[in-house]
Amino acid sequence: MKIEEKQTQSEQVNTNPPEKGQPPKQAKMRASSPWRDSLRQLRRNRFALAGIFIIVFFIAVALLAPLITSYSYDKIDPVNRLQPPSGEHWFGTDDIGRDIFTRIAYGARISLQVGFFAVTGALVFGTLLGIIAGYYGRWIDMIISRIFDILLAFPSILLAIAIVAILGSSLENALIAIAIVNIPIFGRLIRSKVVSLREEEFIMAARAQGMKNGRIIIHHILPNSVAPIIVQATLSFGTAILEAAALGFLGLGAQPPTPEWGAMLAGSRDFIQLAPWTLIFPGVSIMLVVLGFNLVGDGLRDALDPKMKN
Amino acid sequence: MQKPILEVNHLKKYFDVRGGVFGKKVGEVKAVDDVSFTVHEGEILGIVGESGCGKSTTGKTILRLIEPTEGEVKFEGENIAALSAEAMRKLRRDMQIIFQDPYASLNPRHTVEKIISEPLLIHGMGKKERKSRVKELLEVVGLSDYHASRYPHQFSGGQRQRIGIARALANNPKLIICDEPVSALDVSVQSQILNLMEGLRDQFNLTYVFIAHDLSVVKHISDRVGVMYLGRLVELTDKEKLYDDPKHPYTKALLSAVPVPDPDVEKERILLEGDVPSPSNPPTGCAFHTRCPVAMDICKTVRPTFEQAEVNHFVACHLYN
Repeated sequence: MKIEEKQTQSEQVNTNPPEKGQPPKQAKMRASSPWRDSLRQLRRNRFALAGIFIIVFFIAVALLAPLITSYSYDKIDPVNRLQPPSGEHWFGTDDIGRDIFTRIAYGARISLQVGFFAVTGALVFGTLLGIIAGYYGRWIDMIISRIFDILLAFPSILLAIAIVAILGSSLENALIAIAIVNIPIFGRLIRSKVVSLREEEFIMAARAQGMKNGRIIIHHILPNSVAPIIVQATLSFGTAILEAAALGFLGLGAQPPTPEWGAMLAGSRDFIQLAPWTLIFPGVSIMLVVLGFNLVGDGLRDALDPKMKN
Repeated sequence: MQKPILEVNHLKKYFDVRGGVFGKKVGEVKAVDDVSFTVHEGEILGIVGESGCGKSTTGKTILRLIEPTEGEVKFEGENIAALSAEAMRKLRRDMQIIFQDPYASLNPRHTVEKIISEPLLIHGMGKKERKSRVKELLEVVGLSDYHASRYPHQFSGGQRQRIGIARALANNPKLIICDEPVSALDVSVQSQILNLMEGLRDQFNLTYVFIAHDLSVVKHISDRVGVMYLGRLVELTDKEKLYDDPKHPYTKALLSAVPVPDPDVEKERILLEGDVPSPSNPPTGCAFHTRCPVAMDICKTVRPTFEQAEVNHFVACHLYN
């Protein structure tokens, strides 16, 4: 068939543009954008919904802590020490008579804050370094990637301990340490994403149109690498809370009487047989929050992965 | 004679091959090796060749999407290979490219409106004007204005390629490099896109450098055709001359491989032996001598120059000069 013949044939089947007077058929089409599709996917995932429920629950507890308990988290009451859970003290009391439920509710504030700020810090610096390394390549990439390798060569908790040891033990320093430990995790992730994006034709198209590097990075590279960032941020949130608890347990994080969950565990480990509730409740809280973030993270990963679309 | 809009002189692009622990340079791939040609205003210059012969690299090097190793690219008399990055960026509104893969060349996170209006934005057009220009462009390429709010994944390959064309047209360029714009499309859609591009050329007085590996596509659309082999241009002439009276043995072999849709026609096919040599280690002399049925001794040692064998018929072969 000659091309001329093909042309006449194909013009008959070509439905674009619609004939004049005919209303466009756009109304029937379901609103669809890459983000909306992912959200729809996420809503279908029951585990992710459970994770969201857990997180929302703890956020609510943290925000409403003064309203849901009549005790103070640092009020010492030696008379009522090591009371088992009861109507009076829902989760019992610890070795100096503080109400454990109250301490857990206030502790949720601390854990969520630590998670949020540590992840935000790691995300901002990690993304920045990762994009610079991935987009500009060459020696800049060499330097940044080697720094990441060095940081990743240490076991994360050991590195965090070392940083806290230098800065001094406090909640803020623990937070900074956790952020630093997480920077290379974000950085490497973003770098690899940017390296593969850089070779994409639409990036070359952007350059062909005469865009500056800054615009290409902000409008083309970033929106396309946000998905793995979100997933990693959610998963890191859980890890950061766990690491904060670990530092607290070791006495390097929050200092008494701050109701930090890890520190609560450390303070009551001598009473594990005598008063197991002093350990069980902070332990379960840590587990639940981390589980919640992991479930959401996994759900997001599936929802944002274009290959998982059905 | 029309005036030349693009002159490519001795363009070379060598890619370094690095190896070993310290990434030392261990060789180079001569993707484009001394290519020269001229494109006149308003014409469509086809460039054909098999895969890996450097067609696309040539196209991208002309636009400095890949930096040339050596040589000149003169656009309207100005050597753009020597321009600063900022001057080059500003010049890009006059030189555009249409990519091969309509699935990879559009940002999946942007709406069609954003895709087409971005080149307008970066070259300083106001918001209102942009909106009406997008509408206009969508109509020009055969889409409708309600398509503007959709995302690339909601379109077919042919429609996406139309979006790519609209984006290239946005700033009224003078020259468009078409890097195999139809080879990723279905045959019936190919002809639609080709006819659209031909129409646009007439409508907006565009000049195309049309890169393709499909000989019938090139025959349909081009005014002149250049044939590339292993990073070199071996023959360049008018379409009719090339298809009726090919001079270079490689062109002859290439054309004899085009199937004739008539089973009764007895056709002599020139079958080339062996594979295309590696561009990292091209043969001495004429790059084609290892497979040429009429190779002579001189072909093995002396590289043939690219000269006019007849009026407007350039060929790089010792048989003719």
